[in-house]
Amino acid sequence: MLALTLGLSVSTVSLAQSEVKLLNVSYDPTRELYTEFNKAFADHWQKTEKQKVTISQSHGGSGKQARSVIDGLAADVVTLALAYDIDALYEEAKLIPENWQSRLPNNSAPYTSTIVLVVRKGNPKNIKDWDDLVKPGVQVITPNPKTSGGARWNYLAAWAFAKKKYGSDEKAREFVAQLYKNVPVLDSGARGSTTTFAQREIGDVFLSWENEAFLIEKEFGAGKFDIVVPSLSILAEPPVTVVDKNVEKNGTRKVAEAYLKFLYSKEGQEIAGKNFYRPRDPEVAAKYAKVFPQVELITIDAEFGGWQKAQKEHFNDGGVFDAIYKPGT
Amino acid sequence: MAGNVSTLGRRTTRINHAVTEPLWVQLSLITVALVFLALFLVVPLVAVFKEAFSKGAEVYFASLVEPDAWHAIKLTLLAAAISVPLNVIFGVSAAWAITKFRFRGKQALITLIDLPFAVSPVVAGLIYVLLFGAQGWLGPWLADNDLKIIFAVPGIVLATIFVTFPFVARELIPLMEEQGTSYEEASLTLGASGWQTFWRVTIPSIKWGLLYGIILCNARAMGEFGAVSVVSGHIRGQTNTLPLHIEILYNEYQFAASFAAASILAGLALVTLVVKSLLEWQHTRDREKAARAAAQQS
Repeated sequence: MLALTLGLSVSTVSLAQSEVKLLNVSYDPTRELYTEFNKAFADHWQKTEKQKVTISQSHGGSGKQARSVIDGLAADVVTLALAYDIDALYEEAKLIPENWQSRLPNNSAPYTSTIVLVVRKGNPKNIKDWDDLVKPGVQVITPNPKTSGGARWNYLAAWAFAKKKYGSDEKAREFVAQLYKNVPVLDSGARGSTTTFAQREIGDVFLSWENEAFLIEKEFGAGKFDIVVPSLSILAEPPVTVVDKNVEKNGTRKVAEAYLKFLYSKEGQEIAGKNFYRPRDPEVAAKYAKVFPQVELITIDAEFGGWQKAQKEHFNDGGVFDAIYKPGT
Repeated sequence: MAGNVSTLGRRTTRINHAVTEPLWVQLSLITVALVFLALFLVVPLVAVFKEAFSKGAEVYFASLVEPDAWHAIKLTLLAAAISVPLNVIFGVSAAWAITKFRFRGKQALITLIDLPFAVSPVVAGLIYVLLFGAQGWLGPWLADNDLKIIFAVPGIVLATIFVTFPFVARELIPLMEEQGTSYEEASLTLGASGWQTFWRVTIPSIKWGLLYGIILCNARAMGEFGAVSVVSGHIRGQTNTLPLHIEILYNEYQFAASFAAASILAGLALVTLVVKSLLEWQHTRDREKAARAAAQQS
């Protein structure tokens, strides 16, 4: 009996060593990226640590995913659309330390993206830049900034453009209000908007993550859409972090940290580039320079004083967005 | 969803042969009904199967045996396999209590049973997040004891039970109300125990209604989206049910695979309809037989 119990406990220990599980809770447009990356990391971990790692994925709107983790979804790592959503893990539930963003290089964002304009083939409405979006008769597709991370980047990019061009916050506010008058439907997430524009064929121009724009071309066939790069856009830094409370409970800190570090490796950067995220690594970035056009990029910290401030001013209840967006007017 | 509840028990078998409406009224009514049926039921159903097979039978079957899809199918079956029997026990006891006994607050109980029909499934899901979530009432205790309810299989089963629990009871209450208590009283007078009366008198007389309730309950259990979506956490291969898996595939531009999964649910709906019709047919036959036997005896 004793031998049996012993044998049993030994076998469970060796099982624990030979296999480990990770849960990556991510946002909508990273589905394809992490499908590929998870395979590469599993191979890497097998080779270096001789351990099998199984990575599960959960995808959804960035804000909603953060909420689920706060409510107990046992994510080992989160890879969300914006720092604000990850900040919530600290503020609401203390799952991570306050300084989480300084634990990895580049503000914990291993890849970046930006916002571009996607138009129908041949650009029939002749859309060149942000100011073409407020023209009468142009229908703009963008998700709801209240629920979608991508939509907040869209909104802020438009704001930054108008502020630079017309010189003041008041003018920018007018411009953005005018822009949202041209939005026929506000989907709740980036993927929903993509389907609205590409599958249901509603709207003339779609404000999109750059990676999502390339993906549409890939999925729906090249030659149906054109990508227009505006004169100015915003540097989107989708950050990643280990969820400390969960990895401590699951005993997965080592593999979870290695998983995120691997995003910064040459191989990880290569996969990011292949999936249309702008790599941080200068060497890999140079290789993909042809794919990603040069564009003047403003940052959220320089232009809006960081996510906390931007969120409070623009997107919280009673903020600027609530004041300027009135459906049906 | 309340519209789903049939009134099998109250059905009258009287058929009116003397139709008084003029022919054109009859025809236009029939046309309206048929067009409506075609537009809202047949066309979408055909579209689902057409889209599912749009890339050939091979892709169709490949997308069903793919590990995540297969896991979603198994999880959906598991949730139904747990929630349906529990709802049968609850439904029969509730209907039994309500129709065979008199007590205070009966009406309140009936209203409470209807609650899941009235509450939006999303709210149903959020109730469980509020109760069992990490920030919820029981969350810290559950975490200390390493128990997982939401974002795990138990939460999905709980949410499914909640949204399906009126089906069996709602099906049985009108039926048993109509039947009254005279047979049970007779059985008890003749010396049967309460348990014998239940198995030999009550169950045989409600079996059709009960089966019908089980079928509806099962269909809803497998098809539930809203409440389950809130408590699932959407972890592939772990907490995705079939309806959630369909949404994921659709969002990943895998339209053929997504409709292949959808066709399984549509197939379930068709099977449900066929079984339901068979049951009704059997039920009418039984009644007629009983009526003939009664006529012969008198």
